[in-house]
Amino acid sequence: MMSLKRPRVALFVTCLVDLFRPTVGFAAIKLLEAAGCAVEVPRLQTCCGQPAFNSGDSETARALARSVVGAFEGYDYVVAPSGSCGGMIKKHFPELFEHEPGWRARAEALAAKTFELVSFLVDVRKLDRVSARFSGTVTYHDSCSGLRELGVKEQPRRLLASVEGLRLVEHADAETCCGFGGTFCVKYPEISTHMVAEKCAQAAKTGAGHLLAGDLGCLLNMAGRMRREGRAVSVRHVAEVLADMAEGPGLGEAAGRWSP
Amino acid sequence: MSAAREAILSRLRAVARETRAGAAAVEARLADRKPNLVPARARQPRRETIDGFRRMAIEASAVVRRIRHTDDIPDAVMAILRSENRPARLAMAPDAMLEALGWNRAMVEIRSGRAEAHDEVGLSVAFAGIAETGTLMMASGPTSPATLGFLPESHIVVLSADDVRGAYEDGWALLRARGGLPRTVNFITGPSRSADIEQKLQMGAHGPRNLHILLIDPDAAEPPGDR
Amino acid sequence: MVAVTSPAFEANARAALVDAKLQKALGHIKDGFVQRRTAAAARLPEFDALRDLAKEIKDHTLDHLDLYLAHFERRVTESGGVVHWCRDAAEARETVLTICHAAGAKSVTKGKSMVGEEIALNDFLEKNGIEPVETDLGEYIIQLRREPPSHIIAPAIHVNKEQVAEAFRAAHTELPADRPLEEPAALLAEARAMLRRKFLAADIGITGANFLIAETGSTVIVTNEGNGDLTQMLPRVHVVLASIEKVVPTLEDVSTILRLLARSATGQEFSVYTTFSTGPRRPADLDGPEQFHVILLDNGRSAMLGTPFQEMLRCIRCGACLNHCPVYGAVGGHAYGWVYPGPMGAVLTPWLVGLDQAKHLPNASTFCGKCESVCPMRIPLPGLMRRLRERAHLERLDAPVARGALAAWSFVARRPRLYCAVAAIAARTLASLGGRAGCLRRLPLARGWMQGRDMPAPEGRTFMAQWRERAR
Ligand code: SF4
Repeated sequence: MMSLKRPRVALFVTCLVDLFRPTVGFAAIKLLEAAGCAVEVPRLQTCCGQPAFNSGDSETARALARSVVGAFEGYDYVVAPSGSCGGMIKKHFPELFEHEPGWRARAEALAAKTFELVSFLVDVRKLDRVSARFSGTVTYHDSCSGLRELGVKEQPRRLLASVEGLRLVEHADAETCCGFGGTFCVKYPEISTHMVAEKCAQAAKTGAGHLLAGDLGCLLNMAGRMRREGRAVSVRHVAEVLADMAEGPGLGEAAGRWSP
Repeated sequence: MSAAREAILSRLRAVARETRAGAAAVEARLADRKPNLVPARARQPRRETIDGFRRMAIEASAVVRRIRHTDDIPDAVMAILRSENRPARLAMAPDAMLEALGWNRAMVEIRSGRAEAHDEVGLSVAFAGIAETGTLMMASGPTSPATLGFLPESHIVVLSADDVRGAYEDGWALLRARGGLPRTVNFITGPSRSADIEQKLQMGAHGPRNLHILLIDPDAAEPPGDR
Repeated sequence: MVAVTSPAFEANARAALVDAKLQKALGHIKDGFVQRRTAAAARLPEFDALRDLAKEIKDHTLDHLDLYLAHFERRVTESGGVVHWCRDAAEARETVLTICHAAGAKSVTKGKSMVGEEIALNDFLEKNGIEPVETDLGEYIIQLRREPPSHIIAPAIHVNKEQVAEAFRAAHTELPADRPLEEPAALLAEARAMLRRKFLAADIGITGANFLIAETGSTVIVTNEGNGDLTQMLPRVHVVLASIEKVVPTLEDVSTILRLLARSATGQEFSVYTTFSTGPRRPADLDGPEQFHVILLDNGRSAMLGTPFQEMLRCIRCGACLNHCPVYGAVGGHAYGWVYPGPMGAVLTPWLVGLDQAKHLPNASTFCGKCESVCPMRIPLPGLMRRLRERAHLERLDAPVARGALAAWSFVARRPRLYCAVAAIAARTLASLGGRAGCLRRLPLARGWMQGRDMPAPEGRTFMAQWRERAR
């Protein structure tokens, strides 16, 4: 049931979507609007600070967190097309301010209304279907932060099931990390490569032509590996499919300058 | 090394968090031996508990043979010796009940006492059985040497259905009622095993290859027998 | 001291990734431990509630550690045993040696003990003319191969059966050289026979302790082989090596945690042997040791107490975090370079050997969170690793290049307008470098990434640039 009043939703674009895949941002807006939300995009956004946080630079992470809190706390909801950035705001912002009660309270208030896109659509907006078509077989990778920090598991599958023409097949170890891990993939490239190669092999084994996930970090990693191995599996963000905006090439595919 | 003792203890006191409740809370907790959470499977009526013990012990690769009465023990033991092609020799716990049985000592050489290196089969009596995992609870003592359960290749354990309980905690309550812990309490769940070579499970690592449980269960519904 | 090769983690890991034998061995973990743990946890509806309780029990105990240890000591003494307190590895080794000398011991059998590994007891005993014999099959194998364990519950998980046969042939020279040793069963039988002699000949048996029970002064070991029991019941003296955080209040408390241990570790409903030892043999007993010594070792634990790392002291060494860790699964235990590998090692090792030595360990994680999700004691392993990264950053232990990159990035990220401009340029540049392929194969400054994968090219214009244009 949608409430009569349209909630004001601030889109947290995420730095990777902004830079690599604006389509995901537009897909998110389309989905949110279709779910009855008034979407705004605060100008003063850069990054959630996770790279700094996970590198042990809490000082920088706190500075970025303060500016995110400042820019986003005035909305009814904050939604990010990423479990990782969503998790950062929802789970880790409050931790960052363990010794600053004032900021901690603000961070907690923001955390309470921050959601990952697909789980927001299903759990908060009670969406159980989308109007989209996609002809093909897809497999879905559960990104770690979304899955284990935010409980994103059934929601994308539920909505994908309503996409006309789409068939979902699960790959083995769908819940196993793809090896991205933010800076991990450049600090320990061999281990990361080992992991992503395993992930791509499992996904390809299903015969699915498309690999979807809800986090651009993982998607870039998996798409990069698919391309390097020359596999014919197209990789893209789940929001593109759900918003019926998946007609362009997948990540890292030819004609990459395509834009909506 | 009492300097070390003082150093460690005073350090522990110094760094303890303020969530600490103090000595009284500790004494209270040690005195109050209330079970925490006991799984539902360990809280079944008597018959289900006994059958559950049997099922779980079998799952752990023990061989369970139900007998009606202690008098049936010698025959059951002889059958096990035969089936395993063992020489007719037995290291037996010096337990009054076992000693009083009608053993045919011309047919089997029985030595009462602890197990020695050459013993192939050991016979002892369980203190209790724990149904939740098919576990035997063995309490060491003058009539129950612990070696019987570890040195021989085969370990035969007599367990009365009356001594089967649902949960580990029930076993502790029984033992406390008897006056506290012996030197050794062995929880035994199936025969010895190891998966240390290529993660392949093999039975009989250092302890017994075979664990036989003679379950004295006069009112079992099914006819007595193995498994 | 066991050699610490943690500083060489990267090189260790690279070598491990191309070691075909090791990779095959690591493959067994997924079909074995992982699947069985999942099944065992699913079969016990109370599993998660037990995890909550287990956490509570340990939190409470750790908050009152001095009191519970003192109570434990009193009970051990009452039952005729002796407690020895040791601040560090050296004191613990000396204590063992003193006990050995007093008993006139020539040979010592050992049950598996991670604390024994931590204090490098075997080397020390050997140097002092005492033969230590590991009796857990896996520990025996790695002792013969003279290497450290690669897993905390399956120490020889990296070794294949051919390598075991090789080690046995080299060690058991009194046996016929042409004996067949192809089958694991033959290997096991040989180890059993050889170790039987050692068990019977040993003067002292040393075991670890999975738990200490304050209520009764008991020590607890959990095994599947029965080696720990033979170790402690046959010799005249039983020595227990335990770190101070192993204590729990009562038999009821240990029962709660035992319901989690085997299920989390091997996926068994219960381990084969769980043994509670209280004092030496009693007057009328027919077997059991005449002396019972418990060595209580601090070795860095008290420094963790009262800090956020106190949570790590709940660890029951089940190994679930190793089994489920994709990084451990890729590189195995030796890459971590010391006694404790995997996620638990990544938190513990920096405390025990120094963060400067072990700084790679907490970094070598994607923070996928799988370890925390399976840890029976609900230890927030990624969170603790992150705190170690924070320390490393504050102590400027992180690599200068990474530090510089982070500083540059954070300078830009803290200035939204500048950030937008830089992102717009980056998006355009990368897109045009990607060209029609939509994909980059080479990119300066991104060697790590490019080594194993291409870089998908951006669409061309940033989201923010497009959005601003539309809003106009
Ligand atoms: S950290 Fe948790 S999962 Fe890892 S060994 Fe310790 S108790 Fe087990």
